[in-house]
This record gives sequence, C-alpha cells and structure tokens, in this order.
Amino acid sequence: MNNDSQASASDDGFSVAITGSGGSGAVTAGRILLEAAAQCGFQGLMTRSAGPQIRGGESAAMIRFSPDPVACMGDEYDLLVALDWLNIERFADEIPLSAKSLILCDPAAGEIPALLRSNGAEIREVPFKVFASGLPEGRLNMVALGAAAVVCGLELSAMEASVRQVLQGKGEQVVETALRALGLGYNHDHRPRITIPSPGRQDNRWSITGNQACGLGALLGGVRFVAAYPITPASEILEWLAPRLEKLGGSLLQAEDELASINMIIGASFGGVPSLTATSGPGLSLMVEGLGLALVSETPVTVINVMRGGPSTGIPTKSEQSDLNIALYGLHGDAPHLVLAPLSIRDAVFTTQWAVQLAEHLQTISLVLSDQSLGQSQAIIEAPPRCKQSLQRAVERSPGGDYRRYQLTQDNISAMTLPGTPGGMYTADGLEHNTRGTPSSMAADHREQLNKRLRKLEKYDFGDDWAEIEGEGEQCIITWGSSAGVVKEVARRLRQQGEEARVIALRLLAPLRRQRLRQALEGMRKILVVEQNHGGQLFHYLHAQGALPPSAQSLAQPGPLPLRPGRILRALEPENRR
Amino acid sequence: MAVPAPKAKNYKSDIKPVWCPGCGHFAVLAALTKAMAHLGLIKENVAVVSGIGCSSRLPAYIDSYGFHGIHGRALAAASGLKAARPDLTVIVAGGDGDGFSIGGNHFLHACRRNMDMTYIVMDNEVYGMTKGQASPTTRPTWSDSKMTPHGTGIPRFNPAAIALAAGAGFIARGYAGEPSELTRLLVEAIQHPGFAFVQVLSGCVTFRPDQRGWKELVHPFIDDLPTEDRTKAAQIIQADDGKATGVIYAVRFPVWQPENPKEVELSDLEEEFHR
Ligand SMILES: Cc1ncc(C[n+]2csc(CCOP(=O)(O)OP(=O)(O)O)c2C)c(N)n1
Ligand code: SF4
Ligand SMILES: [Mg+2]
Repeated sequence: MNNDSQASASDDGFSVAITGSGGSGAVTAGRILLEAAAQCGFQGLMTRSAGPQIRGGESAAMIRFSPDPVACMGDEYDLLVALDWLNIERFADEIPLSAKSLILCDPAAGEIPALLRSNGAEIREVPFKVFASGLPEGRLNMVALGAAAVVCGLELSAMEASVRQVLQGKGEQVVETALRALGLGYNHDHRPRITIPSPGRQDNRWSITGNQACGLGALLGGVRFVAAYPITPASEILEWLAPRLEKLGGSLLQAEDELASINMIIGASFGGVPSLTATSGPGLSLMVEGLGLALVSETPVTVINVMRGGPSTGIPTKSEQSDLNIALYGLHGDAPHLVLAPLSIRDAVFTTQWAVQLAEHLQTISLVLSDQSLGQSQAIIEAPPRCKQSLQRAVERSPGGDYRRYQLTQDNISAMTLPGTPGGMYTADGLEHNTRGTPSSMAADHREQLNKRLRKLEKYDFGDDWAEIEGEGEQCIITWGSSAGVVKEVARRLRQQGEEARVIALRLLAPLRRQRLRQALEGMRKILVVEQNHGGQLFHYLHAQGALPPSAQSLAQPGPLPLRPGRILRALEPENRR
Repeated sequence: MAVPAPKAKNYKSDIKPVWCPGCGHFAVLAALTKAMAHLGLIKENVAVVSGIGCSSRLPAYIDSYGFHGIHGRALAAASGLKAARPDLTVIVAGGDGDGFSIGGNHFLHACRRNMDMTYIVMDNEVYGMTKGQASPTTRPTWSDSKMTPHGTGIPRFNPAAIALAAGAGFIARGYAGEPSELTRLLVEAIQHPGFAFVQVLSGCVTFRPDQRGWKELVHPFIDDLPTEDRTKAAQIIQADDGKATGVIYAVRFPVWQPENPKEVELSDLEEEFHR
C-alpha cells in the first residue's frame, strides 16, 4: 500500500465526482456508489449536474459520504472519476480539485485537459474501455465504478449489492455484465485512497431525495389532492405523488397551467380535502393572485416552491434561494401568511408536514421554499423525524341557527362548514366580507377581517420549531432553507479549530419569530447572514423586521454554484470582522 | 307525510343582488333557482362557483354552498372541487369576459376534461362590472367604449363552436328574456352527465342598452336538435346568427372523475426509502 497517496481518515468524509458525456452513465454510477456507501453504514449526499441539453448531454454526479450526517458538499473533491473528457470544462467550477485530489481516468480517452492538470492532482489511469470492450455489452462506467470503489475503500460485496439494487429493473443480463465489469475495475489496482472505517450496516437508514421527502411530508400532513403543472425542478414531487395519492384514495390532477392548479387546489380544499401544489419560480409567479384568494377566503392550501435560478425562466436546472422576496411580499394587499423552508433533505419531511398542518389549522396559505439542490439531491440519512402534533382544520359539522363562517373568535380561527353540511351554507369569497361571508366594503368589516387574518398567525404559538439553533459563542451565522447544511458544516469546522459559533437556521420565515430571534442573538458580537441569492433577501427582510443589529453583515452568493464552507469561513475571519 | 315540492324561492339566499334594475342576470338567477327546485336538488349538496364580474356575483344569491373566486378561474376552482367531492352538484356561473377572455384557457380544458358540471355563461357582449369595455363576443364595430373608440376590429369569439371543437358533450344557448325555455335548458344541462355548457344571452341594460332589441332577434333553432352528430352540430353552429336558442348538441362522453379506493396505508409507502 502506498502511504503517500493515502489521506488520513477524516471525519470530513470522502467526496467523489463522476463525470461523463451523454449516455456514459455517470449518474447511474453515482447512485450505485451512494447506495454502496449506505450498505457500509455511511451517510451521504449525491447531487447531480447536467449540461443544458434536454437529454443526453454531459452530466456529473457529486457524492460525499461520511460516518456522520452529511450536510453539504465539501470545498474540494477527493476523487474525480472521468468517464471521458467531453465538455469536462463545464464542470470545472462545480468540482474543485487540488493537489490532494486523485483523478481516475482512461488513457484511451485522450489527453487530460490542461485545466485538470494544473491543480496538481494525482492521476491514476485505468483502461476502462479496454476492460469494458472485453465483455459483451460491457459498460465502462461499471469498470470505473469498480476502480473508484477501491479508492473510496468500499467493499466489493457492498458494491455488488447496490449494482443489483439499482440495475434490477434492467434485467439479469445487464446486472451480470455490470458485475463482471465492476470486478475488473475493482481488481485492477488495490491502493485505497482513504481509510474511513466502515461503520457497518446501520438500522433505521433511509435513502431519499429532497423532492420525495417533500412529497412524503405532504402526505403525512394529510394532503390527498394535488393539482399541478409540470416544471423543473419540481416535477419529481408530482411524479412521486401521483401514483401514491391514488393508492391512498386521493388524486393528482395535471392542470392546464398554474393559474388552474392553484385555483383547483383552492376548490378542493373548499370541499374539505387538504390540498397542495408544487411548482418553481415561474409557476409561483402565476399563482400569486390565487394565493390571495385562498388567504382572504381562509381556504387552506400549501404550495411547495422548488427554487431555481431566477428571475424569469432564469436557470431552470440549477439552484438558488432567490424566491424569498416573492414568497414574503408577492401578494397585493395586506396578506399575512406562512412561509417555511426545509433545512435539509431529512428535514423536508417534517417541514412540509408541518407546513400543511399549519395551513389547515390556521386556515391560510403555506409556502414551502425548497430548492433544486435540495429537491434533486439524494441523501442517505437516519430516518427523518416528523411532526409530533397533529393539527387539523376546525370543521363545523353541525352548525347552529346563526352560523357565521368568519366569526370572530378568541384565537381568530373560525370553524368552517364543508359542502354537504345542512345549515352551514355560505359563499366563500375573495371579496372582503363580514363575519357571515357577505361581501362588504365597509371600513369596519375590512379592519375586523384584516385583524382576524393577522392575529390568527401572530397569536399562534409556533413553539420551538421556528428555527434550529445550535452552538454558543459570540459569533453567529443566520441562514435559511437548504443553506443550513453548509452553515452547519462551517460551525463544525470552527469547533474543530476550537472556535465557537452559533448557527440559527430559520425554518419558519413568516411570521418571523422576531422576539425569539433577538433573544437568540443576544451577546453576539459578529452576525453574518448567509444565503444563496444576489440581493441578500433574508438580510434585508430581517433588517426590515428590526431583528438585526446594525453591525450584522450579509454573505449573499447567487446560484448556480453552491455555497462552500471555505467561502463562509473566509467571511468570518478576524480581519473581516468589524 | 308527503314532503312539499321545493319552490324556487327556497333556493334564493337573503342577500340582495347588486345588479342594475333590468339586468338580464336577474332572469338567469330566477331560472336557475327554478331549475334547482324542479330537480329537487338538496341545497347543501350544491356548490355554485364563479369568477369575477356582475354575473359572477350569482353564487351569493343562491342558498347553497358557493365559491366566488377570482377573475377567470371559476372553472379551475370548480374542477378541483368536483375532483375532490364527486358527491356534489357543481354549477359554475360567470360572464363572457370571465369565461372567454381571461379564463379562455380553462374553458377549453374544462370542455375536454368533461367533468360532471354545468357551466352557465351570462353573455352580454360586454364587461359590465368594469363599466362597459368590449369582450371577446362583442361585435368588432361596437365603438361605445372609450378604450376601443373605433371598435375592436377583431372578429367575435364563437363560444358554441369553440366548446364543440374543444370536446364539450352538451352545448346549449338560452335567452334571459325567455325564462321558461332557459329553465328547461338548465334542467337538462344539470342532468347531463359530463360538462354541460349553456351560453345565455343576458343583456346589460346599462352599457348595452341596444340589447333590449334582442327580443326581436332571438328565435329558436329551426333544425331538428339536439343532435349527437358533431359534424351536423358544427354546420349549424357555423351557419347560426348567434341568436338562436335551444340545446344544440348532446352526447355522452366518458366523464373524467378521479375516484380511487384506498389500497394502502401511508406507512407502507415509506418502505421504499428504507435501507
Ligand atoms: C385579474 C383581474 N383583471 C381584471 C379585473 C377587472 N374585472 C372585473 S370584472 C371584469 C370583466 C367582467 O366581465 P364579464 O365577465 O363579461 O361579466 P359581466 O360584468 O359583464 O357580467 C374585469 C375585467 C379583475 N377583477 N381581475
Ligand atoms: S352593469 Fe350591466 S351586467 Fe352589470 S349589473 Fe348592470 S346591467 Fe347587469
Ligand atoms: Mg359580460
């Protein structure tokens, strides 16, 4: 064993990128590697990146696994597996390498691009193509995967099991050939790169994507009707939900557009069925008028918005946290509502479930801000937590003589009757109305109902789930949504260096728990607000809400490149502190 | 003990309509409540859904469940409601602007989706609520609106032809000035299994006083109708002057309605994620 090329075991885990041109199977190889890491008891994360082609373009799978939870991708990659060199420069920004990295490649693929030579990474050549062509229908991605498994220190048996699992739908012949190719790659060169001891099989492990996790959270929250229009990167939520809703006795309706989908779920919810739609920026923009209708008629609905680069069509396949502003402020009129954001793939189950239940209980709209990187990444995690409470809609099943749909109550929530209930008839309305629901343009009614809609949110006790807060010290990073992953990694690294840092990851963005946030910020000498957008949307929101001291700083980096821990650490360095 | 037959007035709410005296929409409201009484509909099992416009105010005037949504989206809201609650009788009401202009896309797709609901469009060839602008059914030379001082110059939208092309299985035209015929059309429309479209010529006395003249122009179709023959229906609709009334086309197409029996528990669905 060559000790020089062997990095020490590190709790940073191991980062691998697999790249290849269209049809080379980079992503399939990535999935197998991730599943094998799971077999060995690791936790992990896999994100994908693709070129602009609709189908068949170059693609990359980025994987990081570790004995500990994996919150984000690292600063650099330990291993690049290049199936070929076609358009590799497209991924150069996304896959940083250094002199500590290893590149696995095939000499038959041609000259190693200068871009990759310059970083000083070690090169290990394996004849992928020669091995693959020795087998009937042999695929070089499987050879490369075998070689990669050695470098990562993953056992052959685990690799074989996950080849079977991932490829089982392709037939026994394909599986057999893949296993042989895998073996050839595995047995070619036995020098591992790292020695992270395999934790061994763990109970209670899940493999799930963020989009699936949102879908599951929706079902757990009680959603049984979905209407939606396809859009990247939200469609997988809908594709996952459609057959499952059917089995649960619900349904998914593919609408003619997002104007329809939002109004359809409002109609269904008026009928008493918890309802949801999922979309991305352009679709959310179209839905905004409908959201106001749901809010004023107090018809609960939930919208999952899987954010992508914006504005306009923007960068459809890449991530950005730039829809906070529209989610908070997009509606006309005074329109208080719920905005939540899952903090990780694992958290997406809880957050979406909670969002649906809050919408139902508070009879308002819940916007869930997921994003492409969270939605389309796959994670190996411990079984995700869920809501302990079971919040439900207040339904009046036997209304008395003077039933008033919008009755003012102690908690400002009025029980609603459902169609089919005798004696409870009313017309839900987007027009301002009085307590009976009769349209009204009187100042007193308007003020009364505005107050009702505001106070039902303000007075509600959201408990401790509004944020995840960890760490002590005098410096604090505030973040939201999926950026929580990288921020937590930063805090972990600081702790390793003996420094303290507090992380406040906001799950509930509106209504903002301002007092709680200020309490959590007490005694902080340095505050950095981290988010993945250009304008510092959270930073400005927190300032507008009076939640930040003037000294707070903003680190706002737009997509599509992910925020990396090193970038945030640099922003926290003493010379950058005021 | 015999239950007394329901009367139209039982289906009226106690809310006073905002409409101008003489507005055609009053007659549509009256005909609809008569149709509901005739069919003996159980009030609480009816939902009347609308968008925005003078005509779209109708749900609140009916003593049933109602949903007064946003401009142009009535059919979408109604489709979601019907998908979730197949047990309800869903009636959608609105205007020509609401249904054919801003809501035009939903009109097309509601016709082809063919869910079991009745869609009543009170067509006054004008935007009443916003004080008299041209709508898709306004004739191109009508120049009384300041917004289109020379008329729109654009040919009219032919609702029946479009409904037919989009796949509707029931197409009728009525006139607010012929309330008993209108009631009969609405009864048939509500009974029709699937999407039933009823265009009602419902004059706007305020912004289209000329429509008082419809009395002389409206006439029943002379053809042997309704037909089940799409080609014949197309010919009749194309040759028509837009003022003939009656049921034009009535065919039973497969009705779209998701109804899925529950087969699994949610916890079973989680197994796919276990490793
Ligand atoms: C999104 C939106 N755009 C414009 C309006 C203004 N608006 C209200 S009603 C209406 C037209 C109504 O015309 P129609 O549907 O024919 O009904 P009528 O009043 O003639 O019965 C318009 C343009 C609106 N309420 N919402
Ligand atoms: S403006 Fe026209 S359509 Fe509106 S209520 Fe008056 S008469 Fe009827
Ligand atoms: Mg009109």
